[in-house]
Amino acid sequence: MIRFATALFLGAFAAFPARAQVDIQNVTSPGGIEAWLVEEHALPFVAIEIAFKGGTSLDVDGKRGAINLMTGLLEEGSGDLDARAFARATEALATSFSFSANSEELSISARFLTENFDASVELLRDAMQRPRFDAADVERVRAQILSGLAFDAKDPNDIASKTFAAMAYGDHPYGTVDTGTLESVAALTREDVMEAHRNVLVRDRVLVGAVGDITQEQLGTLLDALLDGLPESGPMMPPAVTPQIQGGVTVVEFDTPQSVALFGHEGIAVADDDYFAAVLLNQILGGGGFKARLMQEVREKRGLTYGVYSYLYSRDLANAYMGQVSSANDRIGEAIEVIRDQWQLAAEQGVTAEELQDAKTYLTGAYPLRFDGNATIAGILVGMQMIGLTPDYVKTRNERVERVTLDDVKRVAGELLDPEGLQFVVVGKPNGLMTE
Amino acid sequence: MLRYACTALLSAFLLPALAGAETGKVTDFMLDNGMQVVVVEDHRAPVVQHMLWYRAGSADEPKGSSGVAHFLEHLLFKATEKMESGEFSAVVAANGGRDNAFTSYDYTAYFQRVASDRLELMMTMEADRMKNIRLTPENIATERDVIIEERNQRTENNPQALFGEQINASQYLNHRYGVPIIGWMHEMVDLDLDDALSFYELYYSPNNTVLVVSGDVTPEEVRTLAERHYGPIPRNPDLPERLRTEEPPQNAERRVLFRDARVAQPYVSRSYLVPERDSGAQETAAALTILSEILGGGTTSYLAEKLQFDTQKATFTAAWYSSVSLDDTTFRFVIVPAAGVTLEEGEAALDATLEAFMEEGVDPEQLDRIKLQLRASEIYAQDNVDGIANRYGRALTSGLTVEDVQTWPDILDAVTADDILEAAKLLRREASVTGWLMRPEGVTQ
Repeated sequence: MIRFATALFLGAFAAFPARAQVDIQNVTSPGGIEAWLVEEHALPFVAIEIAFKGGTSLDVDGKRGAINLMTGLLEEGSGDLDARAFARATEALATSFSFSANSEELSISARFLTENFDASVELLRDAMQRPRFDAADVERVRAQILSGLAFDAKDPNDIASKTFAAMAYGDHPYGTVDTGTLESVAALTREDVMEAHRNVLVRDRVLVGAVGDITQEQLGTLLDALLDGLPESGPMMPPAVTPQIQGGVTVVEFDTPQSVALFGHEGIAVADDDYFAAVLLNQILGGGGFKARLMQEVREKRGLTYGVYSYLYSRDLANAYMGQVSSANDRIGEAIEVIRDQWQLAAEQGVTAEELQDAKTYLTGAYPLRFDGNATIAGILVGMQMIGLTPDYVKTRNERVERVTLDDVKRVAGELLDPEGLQFVVVGKPNGLMTE
Repeated sequence: MLRYACTALLSAFLLPALAGAETGKVTDFMLDNGMQVVVVEDHRAPVVQHMLWYRAGSADEPKGSSGVAHFLEHLLFKATEKMESGEFSAVVAANGGRDNAFTSYDYTAYFQRVASDRLELMMTMEADRMKNIRLTPENIATERDVIIEERNQRTENNPQALFGEQINASQYLNHRYGVPIIGWMHEMVDLDLDDALSFYELYYSPNNTVLVVSGDVTPEEVRTLAERHYGPIPRNPDLPERLRTEEPPQNAERRVLFRDARVAQPYVSRSYLVPERDSGAQETAAALTILSEILGGGTTSYLAEKLQFDTQKATFTAAWYSSVSLDDTTFRFVIVPAAGVTLEEGEAALDATLEAFMEEGVDPEQLDRIKLQLRASEIYAQDNVDGIANRYGRALTSGLTVEDVQTWPDILDAVTADDILEAAKLLRREASVTGWLMRPEGVTQ
């Protein structure tokens, strides 16, 4: 939960709560595993977030989709419980576990009542450490994944992101879809699944956040129970990569009334000194909200779309600056033109002092409002660790936003925004638009 | 290890814990002008959510103007006498908050989430736009393009959504629930200023609203602020009673065969017309709610057990029941056949499994687990008071009372196996629509 020191309400920033003050504790288990904890005893339950860095980017060559399949099987039976018995056991404890994987991490989100602490931890430990990967379950989950892949093949959004990724990242894991292809998934074996498990769930890549009705001591016990026995370390991470984007338009013909366009070029790293200047720039150009320039120009003034936005897609191994828009086939060309013009305008002239002040006010004011609910905060704790932050970041983050000057944003806009290099992938039957 | 033995223990533990909880306390009252107010307290964080719900949705629209409720929702972000177009959201953002709105069949709701000391500012602005919007012809033309693109994005580009529209239209013979919330495209393109304003003037009044405030605020504070800002707005004495055209007896099972080249995964959908939660009489709806969990609520449900695990005829099965609704609602199944299983075989397997369930009856252990989870969900729900606020907003604009919402968990808990089998008999084939989502003939993957 968030708590603000009351004094802050009277501070320099008028009546505005400029800081999130969650009390984050560093905990080290008896077995030496570290985690972040926020104690909150108002409700009798705990939310735990566990991330194993690397995620699906650790798929072995030729085995694309193995980590995704393995992740889907973690809830399909472990130890002496088969898939159905495992599901019944979680229900009988009113516990919930969810397992997912993306290019950055394999994530486990758990929620359980304090009353059922021990039994829930035992069940989760078995899921993480003793998954059965029974042949029948492998086949059942494989069939679900294949059905999903067939679905994605007809979805304009998926077609756009697959096309963009292939252009930008080629053979790098970021260049292909991490659920795999119909062929690669069909060829996966139980051994591939077990290898994926050994490679990803390793102790030197684990990050943990815990929030709720739990003490430091209990968390220490939980960490050892869950993670003792997993391999110490796994294979090397793939190398970092720079998106290879030339700029222009690529059209993927697909018979549907509204075209979907994904656009982007190289971005900026979270660790970069100019990262917050870029965040503010994006907030003004195409970030959330109706005041953003893209939203104003494409939607509010011209009615060309229901939604247009841009975002900094800064990942562990590559940084891109991306955006998306959808417009009817006869209007997408105009939407793209407007977006390019806005990119150009911001690159040349930066932003106004008023826009910068508004964006700062929004970002600093909205930050503390994020910390609501045990599960949300547990997710934030792990997200912070993922990008190498320390617990005191929650207290200094807004000052970093405030420190950015108009000149910083102008300089970063000139360096980051590349109207010529902006690549659009358009999926649909766009009128008068062809691959450039 | 305590795996199954904990059932009794948990139920003993959960109920007193709930009674003593401070988070999630609900207070309700009425302003003199007929505005209903609900406050859900959570003082863990200095955040508040301010929501204004109108008892007017797409099912209240006049014939021929489908989509006008949702169109008006968009237009409420334009100018008022005091504010410029777009200023509302800009002010919310400048205060670090976020705002949005949504429209359904039975309600339209506007909300902002801000630091709790900004509540009064939100009320000032929300009260202003209840009566004072100022629309220009340009607003109408541009925003109509926006909602058309919204329909393109949500529906026209999505064969599943188009299929769902056709099923709904076939399910309701005479009720507005058969018309999509966003509107039919051919009617949306003709929506104009008069359509929007006449809906606004008829339905946007304090005696047609529910104000729901959740978070770090006390009922006394909300009352003072609401009386100050909403209190002076007079009630509309001409507010019509919410009477919609009702369904005649449904006596013919219907089939919808929908073909689209963009279909990747064919499936079967089944929808039945069934009763909704009625104020003071929620027992049948409670039994239907638990029936949907038993039949299609996840991995351990009856359909998953039989069709995904035992016979492996399906890749996916599910059941849904939309209990909160002003008028008769639907109970739905979906079955995605496994590779090599046709839609016909999938549908037959679904029906055979439903028949088998009626023969076998309810597994008491499964019923216990479901009830235990429902009780636990009341604890988890308190971690998100905005969710509780939402629950009240939907219920109170759909013909239910605060008391109905508060007694609902106990009514669910009292449902017996017999009640569930009785409720299952309400799934009448004569009141159903079966849909097949398919690729065009001759088109394969």
